[in-house]
Amino acid sequence: MVNLDPQLTNEKVWELLNQIPDPDIPVISITELGIVRHVEQGDGDKWIVTITPSYSGCPAMSVFREDIKTVLMEHGAKEVELKISHSPAWTTDWLSESTREKMRQHGIAPPETNSSQNVELFADSKRKISCPHCSSQSTHRTSQFGSTPCKALWYCDSCQQPFEYFKCY
Amino acid sequence: MNTKEALYNFCLRLADNNIVLGQRLAEWCSRGPILEEDLAMTNISLDLFGEAESMYEYATTLVNNNSTADHLAFLRSEREYFNNLLVEQPNGDFAQTMMKQVLFSAFAKHLYEALCNSNDETLKGLAAKALKETKYHLRHSSEWIIRFGNGTEESMRRTQFALNELWRFTDDMFVMNEVDEELISMGISFNLNDIQAKWKFTISEIFAEANLQMPEATNIIKGGSKGIHTEHLGHLLCEMQYLQRAHPGATW
Repeated sequence: MVNLDPQLTNEKVWELLNQIPDPDIPVISITELGIVRHVEQGDGDKWIVTITPSYSGCPAMSVFREDIKTVLMEHGAKEVELKISHSPAWTTDWLSESTREKMRQHGIAPPETNSSQNVELFADSKRKISCPHCSSQSTHRTSQFGSTPCKALWYCDSCQQPFEYFKCY
Repeated sequence: MNTKEALYNFCLRLADNNIVLGQRLAEWCSRGPILEEDLAMTNISLDLFGEAESMYEYATTLVNNNSTADHLAFLRSEREYFNNLLVEQPNGDFAQTMMKQVLFSAFAKHLYEALCNSNDETLKGLAAKALKETKYHLRHSSEWIIRFGNGTEESMRRTQFALNELWRFTDDMFVMNEVDEELISMGISFNLNDIQAKWKFTISEIFAEANLQMPEATNIIKGGSKGIHTEHLGHLLCEMQYLQRAHPGATW
């Protein structure tokens, strides 16, 4: 297959997608978040992007879908097909250490445990999350649910600052 | 009933549970006892709506009638809804809302855990995802129940009352029909009696921690998975479906 737009290669598509920010955490891109699972070229200038939804009710998902289409169309794609893959389910285990560091610098504590260790009963009272501002471990949870589906509210007893914790998922 | 029909019906059952409970929790929006709790209930509601949407979407791929997730949510009447009776019950006070949540979330947790081993790849993925969210819902609601049970005389009284009131709807979650028979034989779903045993173990642990008495099984009511509901579902759907019924096809 001859690529009519020499600039749009598989690598270039990934690069473009990596510039689309997560609307809730703009320092992180949707590829860093692990939403984009696969990219392939169909017939002609059609591109097929496979994504895995993060949180079920996350309103940001519809924003991603539009953004992916817009960005690729602007760069020469004639058609963009979005495929949704539900299995394996998205997990915060896919976040790289550099992505976690970006979150910290943005004032959000990244998920600290492996998702398989998520316990549902009688948990959390002993868990300590490090404050993204001062790294202190004397913090406590103020609410399991926060401003977006992915975040919980925590408070640092050392620097007296509230902060958000990206939930382990 | 063939496998596809059974799977379609089963997806509706799962999705209907989620959308109906989500709708109930959304009724608390701006009325929560504290701001954090208002956020928590609407967050859980959002999770449930999201889970319902992907299950409805999957259901539409199993039939050839051009229906969409929105059709399934907004254009079926109560006799065509297959949710369990528990989730449609009115919110009552905060103790009743949390009790309903804990009873349902414990059930959903064990069901989704089982479905993570389903032979149906999509259902398996949807269950794995919903399980992650359900664990948070179970943790949140169980923490409240334990706190209430160990709180004041009043909080204890209300929580025990909530359990006694809702108990008669719990057997309904484990009723099996020809849908389950077909899916169990194909390795797509699992025996709900096994789920019930695990559910009972989990909630007994929570209620022991909360010093609550397990109620007597009296006045048991069943019928949700056959589309036979208590009077409350019709009223809930009236409100939820109003816009699409009054202005068919409206979008924004």
